[in-house]
Amino acid sequence: MSLKPIQSTSTLRDFTLSVLTEDKAGLINQLTIIFTKRKINISSLNVSNSEVAGVSRFTIVTRTNRNMIDKIVKQIRKLIDVLGAFVYEEDQIFYQEIALYKVPTKAFINGNSVEDLVRNSGARILVVEEECIIIEKTGHSKETHDLYQKLEPFGLLEFIRSGRVAVSKSTRKTEAYIKGLEASNSNKLSIKDF
Amino acid sequence: MNTSTLVSEKKISKKAIRVNGSDALLQCLIAEGVTTIFGYPGGAIMPIYDALFSYKDKLNHILTRHEQGAVHAAQGMARVTGKVGVCFATSGPGATNLITGIADAQIDSTPLVCITGQVPSHLLGTDAFQETDVMGISMPVTKWNYQVTRVEEIPYAIARAFYIANTGRPGPVLIDITKDAQFAEFNFTYDKCEKIRSYHPYPEASLSDLKAAANLINEAKKPYILVGQGVQLSGAENELIRFAEKTGIPMAATLMGLSGISTSHPLYVGYLGMHGNYGPNIKTNECDVLIAIGMRFDDRVTGDLDRYAKQAKVIHIEIDPAEIDKNVKTTVAINSDAKQALLELLPLVNVSTHKGWINEFYKCHEIEFKKVIDADLHPDSGEIKMAEVINRISEETDGEAIVVTDVGQHQMVANRYYKFRKTLSCITSGGLGTMGFALPAAMGAKVGQPNRMVIAIIGDGGFQMTIQELGTIKQSDLAVKILILNNNFLGMVRQWQQLFFEKRYSFTELDNPDFQMITRGYGIKAQKVEKREYLDQAIRDWLNYDGPALLEVVVEKEENVFPMVPSGASVSDIRLD
Repeated sequence: MSLKPIQSTSTLRDFTLSVLTEDKAGLINQLTIIFTKRKINISSLNVSNSEVAGVSRFTIVTRTNRNMIDKIVKQIRKLIDVLGAFVYEEDQIFYQEIALYKVPTKAFINGNSVEDLVRNSGARILVVEEECIIIEKTGHSKETHDLYQKLEPFGLLEFIRSGRVAVSKSTRKTEAYIKGLEASNSNKLSIKDF
Repeated sequence: MNTSTLVSEKKISKKAIRVNGSDALLQCLIAEGVTTIFGYPGGAIMPIYDALFSYKDKLNHILTRHEQGAVHAAQGMARVTGKVGVCFATSGPGATNLITGIADAQIDSTPLVCITGQVPSHLLGTDAFQETDVMGISMPVTKWNYQVTRVEEIPYAIARAFYIANTGRPGPVLIDITKDAQFAEFNFTYDKCEKIRSYHPYPEASLSDLKAAANLINEAKKPYILVGQGVQLSGAENELIRFAEKTGIPMAATLMGLSGISTSHPLYVGYLGMHGNYGPNIKTNECDVLIAIGMRFDDRVTGDLDRYAKQAKVIHIEIDPAEIDKNVKTTVAINSDAKQALLELLPLVNVSTHKGWINEFYKCHEIEFKKVIDADLHPDSGEIKMAEVINRISEETDGEAIVVTDVGQHQMVANRYYKFRKTLSCITSGGLGTMGFALPAAMGAKVGQPNRMVIAIIGDGGFQMTIQELGTIKQSDLAVKILILNNNFLGMVRQWQQLFFEKRYSFTELDNPDFQMITRGYGIKAQKVEKREYLDQAIRDWLNYDGPALLEVVVEKEENVFPMVPSGASVSDIRLD
């Protein structure tokens, strides 16, 4: 097993931010402003209700360096309605994206190659309609992109991919974290304890 | 900062009363201790103004001449009292006119609650008359904002607004209230906000960090304290003096930190930054331990970061965790309120003196005096210099006035030469550099501290950005002393053009109106001085006059402000000429 190379604080790479917020209008705007102000592009953004009622979770993927992401995450934590913001390197999380592919039904009529492709790619057929078939695949963007390239010769009609969803390798429960916040009068918790 | 909000008080069940949203809003403001509102009415805020008519004995509303005037006045009042400033504006242009002041308050950590009217909720998003997305527009420049579309949300929104504005690092909050919510009736009760689970404004420094900081301080040979506005915001003036006197460490102030410590204190060595004092700037690059208290290492203080205090161990006492390691890497970060941190550090630090080190600052002062100050204050002949005017005013007021400055050369000169002796007395637009700030901010300062002398020091350029507020000063009889330092130039830009753009004076010369006639037109006393021999008497007459008065002093047309750390240069490269 080789040692992990130490990455410089200025090396550009992907970071995943997991942000817990109160479920309120305008939060997404408040978050994106922080990126816009620094002219940093968001690669993907996913928002959904978390397992705790009234708490939303944003998963944001962005390409920048460690210095900048540390500053960004502090600015995010500073937002009044943000409960917590955590930044992860690629090796600190498990993550997936979901991709949907719309292929003309006639592509399946000419032999089994598309069906084989779907099966061998770990994808599945979601819906079969008269005109088109929807294929679903979850995976990392490289994998979903590979299947896209393979399906393209069969007259792929549409390809859509979600933002990343990620879970950290930490074992703390979100609910316990929120309870900790409610009990705390300091703001140290959101910085170190998760 | 009000820490008492943390104390959980037993809630007395209050009896609800049936009122409309506008009435409820005003009762919320009274419950929060608001006495004065600066504002400007309009269609979407008319129900609130109608309610205000019945509250004339409880709430003093000051009608400004422009919404920018209202927000700057609220800032001025907040800055001299430490309490939340409040302003009202209508939807659309009323709200957008507030934005400059809100941005100013955000960057300079000033607690504000701005209330804007909004079109009725059923018209939101229809591009209705005077509708603008004030939530979207104000979001990047507020600490928090909230849109009320249902009357029941008013107590919740206002309670949170005041709590958020003036806890932790203070800042502006905007509450946008739709017209239908202002009209609607509901059962009203009010409870102050005491906690928000997602907001934790009372960070506690860890004992290990405090001990690490104290060790650095105790072992330092050339320690140096930088005083930011955080000292005044947290009310840590006395704790700072105790800390500095115990450790014998010299102190310099940032622009926003000025007046937090008396300029007469023997450990006070001067003012930092681009046009700050010589010693305080160059010694930053010679100290061994830098103790920054409640400041954010603005680029106007640091110059080139790659050549800023690289030799020093840096202790940063700062309430806002986002400011720590933002510009300058710290050796020890103390994420805490300044007062709390100093109180906790006091028993951990040793009694010490640093006479030799402090003498180095005095030697620098001698150099600066010979090369800059003497010529600024005691010119043999020629036109009047800005510095001598400020110096005379400083002497005449014993350094006890509240000095509200605008932005530009006069601002730098005023803050270099006014000898502040009282806290919460240096009111200026620091971070945003908003021309037009001083006149309305001085109105607010006068309302907040009616028994103190309030002097607005303004250039001829900035004066014309909010000159209409002379009308407010007259109507509300605000005894503000206005000093116009008139050089018929946008002086700071002209100085840069002279020094860095080959003297190409591109659109910086002003063909000014007759400020005397304008001021008298507003019914305010005005006088003008062009010759040195009349200056002293004019200053005395102006300051002694009972009521608002303007003094215009015609100063040297192409005077430059020195010392100067050119943009992008190191603080070590400060120029004396």
